[in-house]
Amino acid sequence: MPSALSLSKGCTFLQEGLGFDRLSPNGVRILTDLTDLTVAEIRNGFRGGDFSAREVAEAFNANVTAAKALNAFIVETPEKALEAADAADKAKAAGDSLGALAGVPIGMKDLFCTQGVQTTAASHMLEGFVPTYESTVSGKLWAAGAGMLGKLNLDQFAMGSSNETSYYGNVISPWRRAKTDGGRGDNAALAPGGSSGGSSSAIAARLCPAATGTDTGGSIRQPAAFTGISGIKPTYGRCSRWGIVAFASSLDQAGPMARTVRDNAILLEVMSGFDPKDSTSLDLPVPQWEANLSSDLKGKTVGIPKEYRPDGLNAEISALWDRGIEWLKDAGAQVVEVSLPHTKYALPTYYIIAPAEASSNLARYDGVRYGQRDLPDGAGLQDMYAATRAAGFGPEVKRRIMIGTYVLSAGFYDAYYTQAQKVRALIARDFELAFEKCDLLLTPTAPSASFALGEKQADPLAMYLNDVFTVPASLVGLPAMAIPGGLDSAGLPIGLQVIGKALDEQTVLNASLAIEERAGFTARPDKWW
Amino acid sequence: MSIDLQTVKKIASLSRISVTDTEAEAMVPELNNILGWVEQLGEVDVSGVEPMTAVIPNHQRLRDDVVTDGNVRDKVLANAPQAEHGFFAVPKVIE
Amino acid sequence: MTESTYRIQGATGEWEVVIGLEVHAQVTSNAKLFSGAATAFGAEPNTQVSLVDAAMPGMLPVPNRECIRQAVRTGMAIDAQINKWSRFDRKNYFYADLPQGYQISQLYHPIVGEGQIEIVLDEKNPEASTKVIGVERIHVEQDAGKLMHDQHPTSSYVDLNRSGVALMEIVSKPDMRSPAEAGAYLSKLRTILRYVGSCDGNMDQGSMRADVNVSVRRPGEAFGTRTETKNVNSVRFVMAVVEHEANRQVDVLEAGGKIVQETRLYDPDRNETRSMRSKEDAHDYRYFPDPDLLPLELDDAFLEECRQSLPELPDAKRARYVNDLGLSAYNATTLTADADTARWFEALLAQGARIQKKSEGEVAKASANWLLSELYGALNRLGKSLDESPVGPEEGAELLALVADGTISGTIAKQVFEIMLETGARAPAIVEEKGLKQTSDTGAIEAAVAKVLADNADKVAQYKGGKEALFGFFVGQTMKAMQGKANPQVVNELVKKGLAG
Repeated sequence: MPSALSLSKGCTFLQEGLGFDRLSPNGVRILTDLTDLTVAEIRNGFRGGDFSAREVAEAFNANVTAAKALNAFIVETPEKALEAADAADKAKAAGDSLGALAGVPIGMKDLFCTQGVQTTAASHMLEGFVPTYESTVSGKLWAAGAGMLGKLNLDQFAMGSSNETSYYGNVISPWRRAKTDGGRGDNAALAPGGSSGGSSSAIAARLCPAATGTDTGGSIRQPAAFTGISGIKPTYGRCSRWGIVAFASSLDQAGPMARTVRDNAILLEVMSGFDPKDSTSLDLPVPQWEANLSSDLKGKTVGIPKEYRPDGLNAEISALWDRGIEWLKDAGAQVVEVSLPHTKYALPTYYIIAPAEASSNLARYDGVRYGQRDLPDGAGLQDMYAATRAAGFGPEVKRRIMIGTYVLSAGFYDAYYTQAQKVRALIARDFELAFEKCDLLLTPTAPSASFALGEKQADPLAMYLNDVFTVPASLVGLPAMAIPGGLDSAGLPIGLQVIGKALDEQTVLNASLAIEERAGFTARPDKWW
Repeated sequence: MSIDLQTVKKIASLSRISVTDTEAEAMVPELNNILGWVEQLGEVDVSGVEPMTAVIPNHQRLRDDVVTDGNVRDKVLANAPQAEHGFFAVPKVIE
Repeated sequence: MTESTYRIQGATGEWEVVIGLEVHAQVTSNAKLFSGAATAFGAEPNTQVSLVDAAMPGMLPVPNRECIRQAVRTGMAIDAQINKWSRFDRKNYFYADLPQGYQISQLYHPIVGEGQIEIVLDEKNPEASTKVIGVERIHVEQDAGKLMHDQHPTSSYVDLNRSGVALMEIVSKPDMRSPAEAGAYLSKLRTILRYVGSCDGNMDQGSMRADVNVSVRRPGEAFGTRTETKNVNSVRFVMAVVEHEANRQVDVLEAGGKIVQETRLYDPDRNETRSMRSKEDAHDYRYFPDPDLLPLELDDAFLEECRQSLPELPDAKRARYVNDLGLSAYNATTLTADADTARWFEALLAQGARIQKKSEGEVAKASANWLLSELYGALNRLGKSLDESPVGPEEGAELLALVADGTISGTIAKQVFEIMLETGARAPAIVEEKGLKQTSDTGAIEAAVAKVLADNADKVAQYKGGKEALFGFFVGQTMKAMQGKANPQVVNELVKKGLAG
């Protein structure tokens, strides 16, 4: 349910186009801010005539404009949101059939190429790059009637876990540590997670009801966990990678981020589907995930991987995990302990494979065909490359390119890359064996709640460890979803992760729905921006 | 396998990223730290294990041999830092 | 099997040359290997470029079935191992003609493994001069774009039309030992590719080019250090590169120097190779499997279709021409050296057999001789190729049929053929119109013989005195008197009879 901002018999906000009213069960008119609505509520309200698509778009545009302090957007496109809204209103008035997302404005991670709208991957390298083409996934969203509020900030080339590597500045989480937290409460700017930090921050702050994310090692799930929203990385191959700026091809997957499980299901249905332009796309029909949502888990067995509870796991995360187990039992599921013995090797495996692929995927940024060019006086071609790439890439991107180059270089390829792909096969086998005993896995999403910007920046390794729980599912392409479970003692969101079998997004969504219903997570950041 | 300044410079050169000496020096401990950490993979017994080739079982589809694309020179050159007479232009290359 | 005796005579003794060729052959296809852009030669710059070929952010490759099929068929044509499981790797290096910053190629698991190609060094003596050259592998890869250096004083221009066009890289074993063997290998490979239809073999358009690996050694010793001369684009140049590079290496070695493993470039104008230092620092290619593509798995039905669609190949065809058609080894080799020639010849045979109601074997020899001497002679004179011939196989077969059934003599046939070339008219019409039918009318021939003998009484006397060689003279004179239209056999008989009388 949307939170009620005020009770009113009149309807002053409505006239200003900021909200709508409806009757509560006891006949009281509830005035609701349109930007508090979920995707499903916007969709249904728009279809039911409660408000126009334009009113929704204007409300979100206003929130976007008012939230510069969060730095969630690299480019704002209010006119695009209005254009789609007007088209939806017109279609509705004409009685035409409406797309699944008609009337719904969303945020687009600036890793998706959008025709005619600058696409940067948050890098200086692509500053000014205006694609002449539309990514498959964004194209599907627009075709379903969604409107674009803007291009969301992210970690540069999606490399990062705190959104501190963007050339366009840090994204700030709307959350702050509670003042009540034993003296720790402060106004420190917190990380919204990464790499989809613009998406998570914007959704948590009600700048958009939903957004796209991409997840290579946790880039949807960890920012969702940090900001108290949910997001799903589907099975590798569900969403086309065509037109998404590549980071690591064998790991990259697009997915939705939103505040509810249902909203994620709605968006994922639109974003998924076979694309002949992507060789790794799965040629399978898209299930009706939303229609089949059910929080009844009778007959399902939940595996609890013991390796995900290492010594020294944050006590509050651990406690939340225990609560999550109880919630799933309450929903009718059996719970068993399972073992994923190679878990501790997942992160080092990832940090060989992802940089290796990235070092090659990012070779195309050379200053010849698009993007920045740095041409020192008298420079030859190769000097131009080196200067362009030195100026165009940020430090974390350079670091990963260098690591990737090194692990693929002559004499080291087998020791690093081949070994990593073998360990990856072992990690996949771990999951196969575990899934012989259970239908899904429940784990924490991240090892801690959000941290202050700058806190981990000096130590890349400490930053990498943020992805410890999300990376294994990425390495083997499994669907996984982050769900908020509660607040820690500092008043910051912490969350749980549900990992499913390949192609079984439905079970992942259903288990997440069961958690969502029981966690009753309604907390939202106080507006300070 | 610890890497030295020379190696860092060589990797930077292979990566076509120019680095100053100061930058390269700063990268030595940083990269060693990360590489030292990933090297724990060496302890995993992988005998008889084939490297992973496809994340999710899938087979490579093949396209029909039909011309469906091209004739989009404007789009191809639209974002070029330097395009002249229908070509991309780069600093003169001596082969 | 023959052993090469080719040696370079150095100041310090004999040197043997060791040659391996890596041939890049453009796969005949409408669209590129990983994109739907066209492959046609000679288009305006950057017009045959898709966003995939230009390596725009987020673009992905999808392989073209035809390119895979043609590589498999080529492999089958050289009796090679076909790998049902192969995959694409990325070869990483930076260059302005390589938009992705990597070439999609196959290093670890090529689609075609070991095969072999038989070469013939002396066409007049094929059995005694045959050698088998091993092929290491064939893999499929992307071509690069093109850099132009002469359009602007300080810039090079990049045209990506070729970027992403499918190539087969056909890697030989270091089995060749002389310029002639290298030339014969490249010619034979070209013949096979053109038979199979997997590459048009147009070396002047860059459809086929060879990287020539050359080293020298003392006969019988271990291989020396090799150099690789890139992008050599004709058989003649390949032979010249081998010769030049081998001699250069011998000079270096005999002067106490060392051969550096390096990439070199051939300059045909100066007939020399020079070091190509600009590519030297790019040696660490960091190959790894392309994560945008899945392993390529070929099923039995696909392989079976490839096999079924293969034409009769040059070696088999040559053997059939010798064994079944009774042609000489030389003629068989010449006729099969080029797919177009063999196709033309077989059309000629088929028409000949049809018109004359004989078997192809019965018309083969005359057809082969006519094609290789008369037709080739005429085309040479006219500066035309076989596919531009003004006389087609059916017209040729009509002409040969007139000779075979005695309607005209071989001499008249030559005249008729000339008229056919000039006017485009067909042989039966020409013979009819010009009254060139040869006669067996013994009365007219007897009269002509009688006149020849009477006019040459002195020679008749000499003949009777034992100078029998004069017989041909009387036949010739009679034929001349008959304007070539008399049946030569009848003339022979009647001259004999007249002289005996």
